[in-house]
Amino acid sequence: MARSQPFNARQPRARYSLRDTLLSYGFLAPALILLTLFTFYPLAYGSYLGFTEYGGARFAQGLAPKWIGLENFRTLAADPLFLTALGNSVKYLVIVPVLQLASLSVAVLVNKNLPGMAFFRAAYYIPVVTSISLAAVMWDWVYNKEGTLNWALGVLHLIPEGSFFGWLNNEQTAFWAVMLVTFWRGFGYYMVLYLAGLQSIPAELEEAAVLDGANSWKRFWSITVPLMKPTILLCSLLSTIAALRVLEEVLVLTNGGPLNSTYTALMYVYSKAFQGFNFDYGLASAAGLVVAVVALLLSVVNFRLFHESDGGEA
Amino acid sequence: MSLVVRAPARAATPRRRNVKLGRIIVRYVFLIAVLIFAVFPFLWTLAIALTDKTAGGSIYNFPASLFPKAITFHNFADVYRTFSLGKYIWNSVSITGMTIVGTLLVSALAAYPLARFRFPGKGIIFAVIIATLVLPGETTFIVNTLTLKKMGLLGTHLGVVLPTVAAAFGIFLMRQAFLSVPQALLEAARLDGAGELTILTRIMLPLSVPSLAALGIFTLVGTWNAYFWPMLALSGAPDAVPLSVAVLKLKGQFNYDPFNIAAGSIIMMVPVLLVFLAAQKLFMRGMEGAVK
Repeated sequence: MARSQPFNARQPRARYSLRDTLLSYGFLAPALILLTLFTFYPLAYGSYLGFTEYGGARFAQGLAPKWIGLENFRTLAADPLFLTALGNSVKYLVIVPVLQLASLSVAVLVNKNLPGMAFFRAAYYIPVVTSISLAAVMWDWVYNKEGTLNWALGVLHLIPEGSFFGWLNNEQTAFWAVMLVTFWRGFGYYMVLYLAGLQSIPAELEEAAVLDGANSWKRFWSITVPLMKPTILLCSLLSTIAALRVLEEVLVLTNGGPLNSTYTALMYVYSKAFQGFNFDYGLASAAGLVVAVVALLLSVVNFRLFHESDGGEA
Repeated sequence: MSLVVRAPARAATPRRRNVKLGRIIVRYVFLIAVLIFAVFPFLWTLAIALTDKTAGGSIYNFPASLFPKAITFHNFADVYRTFSLGKYIWNSVSITGMTIVGTLLVSALAAYPLARFRFPGKGIIFAVIIATLVLPGETTFIVNTLTLKKMGLLGTHLGVVLPTVAAAFGIFLMRQAFLSVPQALLEAARLDGAGELTILTRIMLPLSVPSLAALGIFTLVGTWNAYFWPMLALSGAPDAVPLSVAVLKLKGQFNYDPFNIAAGSIIMMVPVLLVFLAAQKLFMRGMEGAVK
């Protein structure tokens, strides 16, 4: 009988039962052990490594990490490659407003009860469930010098036949070409999130606005956007952090090139730790910490921005 | 009042109706343009995979290459044989299968006490698990490879799987499912002398099948497609990599034969596409549920 005590309303002050406590921790053990080993420990140890010299010869000789304080961060501040990488990561943020506006608009368009809308929604989501490696294979052909993008632009007379180039091999275009793939894989995801938000807008509001003669643009800006604020905040937060952490697209499409034009901050973390022969876990961890701090700051800024504009209207 | 009368009257005029029809057409034109952007790469890959390469011609021969005249399935057999694709398919199946089983097991076990027991530290443990959703883990992959190396698991499928199975998403999802099981059922089972493990396997899990299925499908799609972590954890064991990693090796090795690459890509895509199409509603609802 003791086992039912925790749920007994007549004994709200019942002490924890030893049996329930032991059972609970027994059931939780696999999850807690795995989380500790592969999430919390790496977070803590990785942060520590950022302040040490570790990797390369030191690692090969089996020596422990050596505490060097802020040395790694000084190295980073003086490394033009890291500054380029960080700059590219920040530049990557231009995708956030474009991606959010596009997926919100598409969500509004497929939210209407017209034939075929379920099909469009499903089709737009397919890139989301596609592996980045497959995306790389397919977009490589599109971006190829002889690929479909150049062909289509040629047909439309947007670029002359003779001046075709590989979009991923050109330092002017590679960055934007990679970003388009991020956009392609992302807009279906945010569209679904926005759809959920749109469906919670009361239909009477729309109807009232129609009767008042508000056109669809007006309705979009004065009803949809304000009411969708919480969803927009969530989506732009997710998308800001995702943009700052872009790595896979770059890795599989350009490996940071040409001339480091697509080299992002996490690409730097990865390549310092694992590419080449002189892997430097300490420096890579320090770079990871910088990215983490920037991500955290951007989240706060994002939150503040939306919060303030919210208060201003009220 | 006058508004109510005016609205239908306006809609009835022919000009109004034309404007409305025009708007609908514009909407569809736009949606179709977005559709082409979203699915074109898939369709072209399919077209290349089905093209008879022995008939000559390049994949860059437009618009001919978009509509293959001589359709063949030879490329699929060819890539399977020359690239021993079976090995990579098996690796994908092994990693994905282990991840699904592990995730469901660990999540269900952890979710049960979080939903149903009272014990010291419950609030903190739950908060800490949820916090992993937002903690910036930019350096975890570095330390995880070091840990796996120490454990002798680097380069094994188990090493790829272990760090991924305890995830807040799964634990949270299962906890929500368990919370909705009526307390009376549990009390009755306990009176009958059932142990907690029996209650979990005979009552909680069967009643949570929809959530288990959802979690399983999410895990399947995510793991089958995962690229970075398996690539890193298996970088020293090229024969153990899953399809998602192998397909890029395929690209490097067979750059001269895009037909085989396309066929390999289609083979990789089919399982996920089938699962997605079958569970599409569930998928999108799962996403929407994440916002609310």
